Amino acid sequence: MSKVFSRRDLDFLLYEWLDAEALTARERFAEHSRETFDAFLDVSQQIAERDFAPHNRTGDLNEPTFDGETVTIIPEVSRALRVFAESGLIAAGFPAEHGGLQLPHVVQRACFLWFQAANTGTSAYAMLTAGNAHLLLAHGTDEQISRYVHPMLEGRFTGTMCLSEPQAGSSLSDVATKAVRQDDGTYRINGGKMWISGGDHELSENIIHLVLARVEGAPAGVKGLSLFIVPKKRLDTGERNGVVLAGLNHKMGYRGTTNTVLAFDDAIGELVGEEGRGLAYMFHMMNEARIGVGSGAVALGYTGYLHALAYARERLQGRPVGDKDPAAPPVPIVTHPDVRRMLLASKSYVEGGLALVLYAAKLLDEPSPENDLLLDVLTPIVKAWPSQWCRLADDHAIQVHGGYGYTREYPVEQFYRDNRLNSIHEGTDGIQALDLLGRKVTMKGGAGLALLLDRIIATADKTPDLGGPVKKAADRLAATTATLWAGGDAEKALVNATAYLDAAGHLVIAWMWLEQRRAAEGKEGAFYEGKRLAAQYFVTHELPRIGPLLDLLDSGDTLLRDMDDAWLG
Amino acid sequence: MNIVVLVKQVPDSGAERTLSADFSVDRASSSNVINEMDEYAIEEALKIKEAHGGEVTVLTVGPAGATDSIRKALSMGPDKAVHVQDDALHGSCAVATSKVLAAALRTLSPDLILSGAESTDGRVQVVPHMLAELLGVAALTGARKLTVDGSQLTVERQTDEGYEVVTAATPAIVSVWDTINEPRYPSFKGIMAAKKKPVQALTLGDLGISGDEVGFAGATSQVLEFNKRPARTGGAKVVDEGNGGEQLVSYLASEKFV
Ligand SMILES: Cc1cc2nc3c(=O)[nH]c(=O)nc-3n(C[C@H](O)[C@H](O)[C@H](O)COP(=O)(O)OP(=O)(O)OC[C@H]3O[C@@H](n4cnc5c(N)ncnc54)[C@H](O)[C@@H]3O)c2cc1C
Ligand SMILES: Cc1cc2nc3c(=O)[nH]c(=O)nc-3n(C[C@H](O)[C@H](O)[C@H](O)COP(=O)(O)OP(=O)(O)OC[C@H]3O[C@@H](n4cnc5c(N)ncnc54)[C@H](O)[C@@H]3O)c2cc1C
Repeated sequence: MSKVFSRRDLDFLLYEWLDAEALTARERFAEHSRETFDAFLDVSQQIAERDFAPHNRTGDLNEPTFDGETVTIIPEVSRALRVFAESGLIAAGFPAEHGGLQLPHVVQRACFLWFQAANTGTSAYAMLTAGNAHLLLAHGTDEQISRYVHPMLEGRFTGTMCLSEPQAGSSLSDVATKAVRQDDGTYRINGGKMWISGGDHELSENIIHLVLARVEGAPAGVKGLSLFIVPKKRLDTGERNGVVLAGLNHKMGYRGTTNTVLAFDDAIGELVGEEGRGLAYMFHMMNEARIGVGSGAVALGYTGYLHALAYARERLQGRPVGDKDPAAPPVPIVTHPDVRRMLLASKSYVEGGLALVLYAAKLLDEPSPENDLLLDVLTPIVKAWPSQWCRLADDHAIQVHGGYGYTREYPVEQFYRDNRLNSIHEGTDGIQALDLLGRKVTMKGGAGLALLLDRIIATADKTPDLGGPVKKAADRLAATTATLWAGGDAEKALVNATAYLDAAGHLVIAWMWLEQRRAAEGKEGAFYEGKRLAAQYFVTHELPRIGPLLDLLDSGDTLLRDMDDAWLG
Repeated sequence: MNIVVLVKQVPDSGAERTLSADFSVDRASSSNVINEMDEYAIEEALKIKEAHGGEVTVLTVGPAGATDSIRKALSMGPDKAVHVQDDALHGSCAVATSKVLAAALRTLSPDLILSGAESTDGRVQVVPHMLAELLGVAALTGARKLTVDGSQLTVERQTDEGYEVVTAATPAIVSVWDTINEPRYPSFKGIMAAKKKPVQALTLGDLGISGDEVGFAGATSQVLEFNKRPARTGGAKVVDEGNGGEQLVSYLASEKFV
């Protein structure tokens, strides 16, 4: 059995639950069938296992170096990316007129998960390129698409997203990089970008940066931001553009991906779309990008869990509590209740998280006003919940390995370090909490939240034995949301936003477990028993966590606002 | 160049494999894949086509379920496939399988036939030789390198000691080892294209072969019994008390390793 990821679980979720095959009835996906979906999943697994997984640790131990001239990366990365590009996975989801295969998002997401689980560092180059290409496809001109997107799809160019700056991370309205319009219609870009993943390397012929900057004279705030295409090398002359690598960041994890400080020094940039709409274009891609981060967190948690499970079945240690005979042989640790606690909790997190990211991806495949609204509400949860809880699965994986898990002899400590990033980039957990409670549940008069809770309650009603507590929790969340916003005082409403995100997240995952439980109904065998067990575990052991969180929110507690930071010491 | 690649579907050697009650390979309850070595034959065929032009046809003798492997093979890039399928084939031995393959190959008149050097289920390594005999073409077997120069084929034939260089003119059959190349993965585009590639179905009747020439009825030998390889035993422990080296050498000698 693969320790990278679980094809069995993907098949269950895609076909036994989400009925991905039914998507082929839509005109956009008419060329597809279960057969092509399966073939894509097969190839993804093969490439991930053979070309990505083997150098996961090598990349971690040999992070990219910079000698002042060039960035050096272990050669396995470029080989893996070449194979990845040749497979055509990046373009697979694009429309046929751009050389795509119109593959449903949900299947493409399942394919990507193999790579994210096998080697998050190497796959990041491909994911960034995919995001960049996708944005240009949506908002670029035909000429920009043929100049930049096509070479990215062929694997000749890679892409980055340059939003953050040293002084502007969570708050992009403070972006200070400047753009000055030239007579020839191009712009000159000046400023410093921070944290740019894949910002420099020799893995591709060219790197296409998408840079958020403020055109001279534009207003302050997000409305003054525009988006620019800034290639590392000029396409016309092949000379270096004014993009200078000021240094590499040395990270806790994700070490296979270069992370850079970039200085833009009179770099030539091309405007994407219209001036002042830069952040809007970025946000258009945001749901997808955030599902991507949630998926990355699921993938790393999942592979950690699979490693822990295999280890727990092999590792002999201790004897059953009742066994008094010291000469009796030691038992596999998987028989100890506390080890089972960690494994079962992890199973419920990673399989619950996986269900959520696939559910969200499928909403993209079936666009409708209702589905779009639902996805908007779910997005902060899809991003933040797996980042926290699937990371906890990696934490458990270390614990299950005991002392060995704390060493570099075993891969689980790397999964943990790699996964730690997901709570930080693409908007921190704290920012997701504000987005959920401050915007998503209040927008359209609360219609999004109402829709989500309706769906949760509908599932709960159809699941008599486990649905009760889930329905109760959904009702409570509705009441708490109303209480929080009753006074209309945003500062007061949002003071405990993270508690709200935690509660809403656990409720949504409980729903995902009821759904899986229903899909397993009447089916026999260890796999389905496992689904029923984890559903029961989540509802009985995990869901109750949200009671105290909602109590706190209901109480209107404002401790965190009223305190003085001087008191922190 | 008209190239035919022989592709056999086999039970995945990485998974649990067994025989059915009639001692035939249990194909129904195993997960089936393209015989690994045949992927190298496909890759070699595609490389030759890319360099010299021509057409690549996949030929499979196997049950209905073998279509999965045929589609997978086509998704790597070949142009079309021929699938010989007939219930009477169940239980066929290597001689009978070769007869059927030869009959199908005659309908295709290839310049070059490429095959794996062995399959992971039968492992008899005889099909290419038998086909050469039946078709009256040259057999260049066990290739680790193949060069095509017009109608002249040159092969580096892998042996235990090194390699031999052998040549022949087309038409010929070349069987390959996994040292010859690095098979490509099917691309996503290739997967979509494979759906539309023609797969010609042939029965024994189409090939003028009668049912009693193949299957258990026509088998030239019979499987009487099979047993699983005995489980590995603990092995011999050598404790070094100053004479560890001698003990090791005498162990190796007793096992005829030295
Ligand atoms: C490895 C890595 C890769 C990255 N890759 C990229 C990339 O490719 N492109 C790119 O543009 N960026 C990238 N980033 C940047 C990333 O998106 C930012 O680090 C992130 O948005 C947080 O910004 P910051 O680091 O400036 O932290 P800050 O914004 O300073 O936040 C520090 C803390 O304060 C909290 N906080 C900040 N504001 C608020 C608020 N209003 N309310 C409540 N809490 C708040 C945050 O939640 C956080 O806990 C990457 C970062 C890392 C570490
Ligand atoms: C005495 C005997 C009895 C047998 N009885 C049975 C039985 O009862 N049931 C059973 O299932 N099997 C049986 N077999 C095994 C089997 O059917 C044949 O041996 C097999 O089809 C051909 O042998 P191989 O694939 O191992 O040949 P190899 O010579 O090892 O194969 C070399 C290459 O030939 C090509 N090739 C081989 N077979 C095919 C094919 N069918 N289609 C396309 N290309 C092919 C492939 O490229 C392969 O890589 C028996 C074999 C023997 C010797």
